[in-house]
Amino acid sequence: MSRIKDAFDNKKAFIGFVTAGDPSLDKTEEFVLEMERAGASLVELGIPFSDPIAEGPVIQDANIRALKAGCTTDKIFDMVKSLRQKTQIPLVFLAYANTLFKYGYERFCGKCRDVGIDGLIIPDIPFEEKHELSDISSKYGVDMISLIAPTSEQRIQMIAKEAQGFIYVVSSMGVTGVRSEIKTDVESIVKSIKEVTDVPIAVGFGINKKEQVAKYTQIADGAIIGSAIVKIAAQYGERAGDHIYEYVSEMVSAIYTHG
Amino acid sequence: MSKGRYGIHGGQYVPETLMNEINKLEESYEFYKKDKNFNDELDTLLREYAGRPSLLYYAEKMTRDLGGAKIYFKREDLNHTGSHKINNVLGQALLAKKMGKTRIIAETGAGQHGVATATAAALLDLECEIYMGKEDTVRQALNVYRMELLGAKVHPVESGTMTLKDAVNECMREWTSRVDDTLYVLGSVMGPHPFPMIVRDFQSVISREAREQIIEKEGRLPDVVMACVGGGSNSMGMFYEFINDKDVALIGCEAAGHGVDTDKTAATMAVGMEGIFHGMKSYFCQDEYGQIAPVYSISAGLDYPGVGPEHAYLKDIGRAQYVPVTDEEAVQAFEYIAKEEGIIAAIESSHAVAHLMKIAPKMGKDKIIICCLSGRGDKDVAAIARYRGIDLHE
Repeated sequence: MSRIKDAFDNKKAFIGFVTAGDPSLDKTEEFVLEMERAGASLVELGIPFSDPIAEGPVIQDANIRALKAGCTTDKIFDMVKSLRQKTQIPLVFLAYANTLFKYGYERFCGKCRDVGIDGLIIPDIPFEEKHELSDISSKYGVDMISLIAPTSEQRIQMIAKEAQGFIYVVSSMGVTGVRSEIKTDVESIVKSIKEVTDVPIAVGFGINKKEQVAKYTQIADGAIIGSAIVKIAAQYGERAGDHIYEYVSEMVSAIYTHG
Repeated sequence: MSKGRYGIHGGQYVPETLMNEINKLEESYEFYKKDKNFNDELDTLLREYAGRPSLLYYAEKMTRDLGGAKIYFKREDLNHTGSHKINNVLGQALLAKKMGKTRIIAETGAGQHGVATATAAALLDLECEIYMGKEDTVRQALNVYRMELLGAKVHPVESGTMTLKDAVNECMREWTSRVDDTLYVLGSVMGPHPFPMIVRDFQSVISREAREQIIEKEGRLPDVVMACVGGGSNSMGMFYEFINDKDVALIGCEAAGHGVDTDKTAATMAVGMEGIFHGMKSYFCQDEYGQIAPVYSISAGLDYPGVGPEHAYLKDIGRAQYVPVTDEEAVQAFEYIAKEEGIIAAIESSHAVAHLMKIAPKMGKDKIIICCLSGRGDKDVAAIARYRGIDLHE
């Protein structure tokens, strides 16, 4: 069984996100372990990019901090390699297309397999463009995670049918970031996906509260929190580990359980 | 391979949230481009409002002074709002109306596209918001106020390098958060398909007219057609109808800033590498890890780290040639054409004029060059004065 499947195996998943290299790669390693200790089932590692067009201000700033601190794709691979000595938690990269393209798809996916990255989320590679990458990533056993948005409508099932790993349902319009209210009808999107695939579904974008975690882990198979965790890293920097542990523990406690 | 390809370039590298919207845009465009009413309306706007056709002007004094090829300027600077940008904007704003949109958003570098968009929005009763790098709002303060006068809201963008690239980022972010009533009126032949095609089609009026005009005046096609290239909209418009005329050389002039051997440059064709950014596969200035490079040019309109995918393709197949022009050369050309022809050309267009000054003297007197003057340079006067050490502020 692949590690991503493990994350959803007979349970609802909490997925945490951190921007790699913010404030340092040593700290990223620590934050991942803290999230795991707090009960996260899967962690997304953001590879910092100069121009992250799908991100709101919180993660944009984290990208800039990480790049200023000297974070590079190669250093992230080294960090993951070291992290893999300590944990088997499923890990996926969130990266922008140019990061992979410039590195070389083949070389990038090969490295992912070697260091133990299980999947890729590439916000600027939609369904129509995915084959140039997925043909290669699948050779290396790295899942390409599909995103489905509130505007996907008739595209939902087309995307879901070819989904690997898990499906990332974008709960709200716009960029990543903390929102007080989410208006999208996530329930009907999930229903539509379930009609064509058993691939687990996690909901993200704009989630930061226990009530939202409870709601989305009931409707879907998992909830993703990014900006709220990155905010903690921004606020506490080197000392953020404990705070991330506390926050994730609280969110995990809200995960929907039967009965 | 997906839609909108120019060789390996182009494509639709955008977040899923935008996919249905750009597909709808493509469908609407394919419908309206064949619709007689739409074309009549656009044609009327271009003639009665924008002032088309623009002149093809024979620069007799420059021709004599440079002593070589006959020089013609395609005077896009004489269009309403002062640049070629209005050609595309009227088309896209009209399309937005037909699609039932009530709001348009746009990025701007020098402010020319922003001013044109704000103008079309005022005329067609659309709400308008413009995203402009904070650095550029300072360089082009007059254009900011101009857009506000026209009823647009201008958002200074403070992320990244605070220039055109960041304005595009912010515009894309804004569009993903509000697609239902909003059309992103992209200003150049870049971004995800169908934008490079739509903008090229609306701008190709430049070469359609120029081709007829030169045949009328000279009874033949020109030997060289040239224009400045940032994202590449005026140059694509100037090239397009000449692409199949194999004997017509096409030359694009990029902004080299302090020079292509320095890190203060925006000459994508000279120093860029294949990449994926802003919705397209094309050439981009970037580092070894694919981080988009902070580029530089005296010209806010050419200060962009990428180039439209069709230009990348024309370069690959050798159909067009791309040359770098430095700040200093462009400023000299700006001053030269003002004194020689009494034309204050935009600093962007002055990059093309600078290269023209290099090649015209080496060509025979029987040769003909058409150079696109994409915009007028009133907006640049204060910046050029400062470049020359004169403390002039608007």
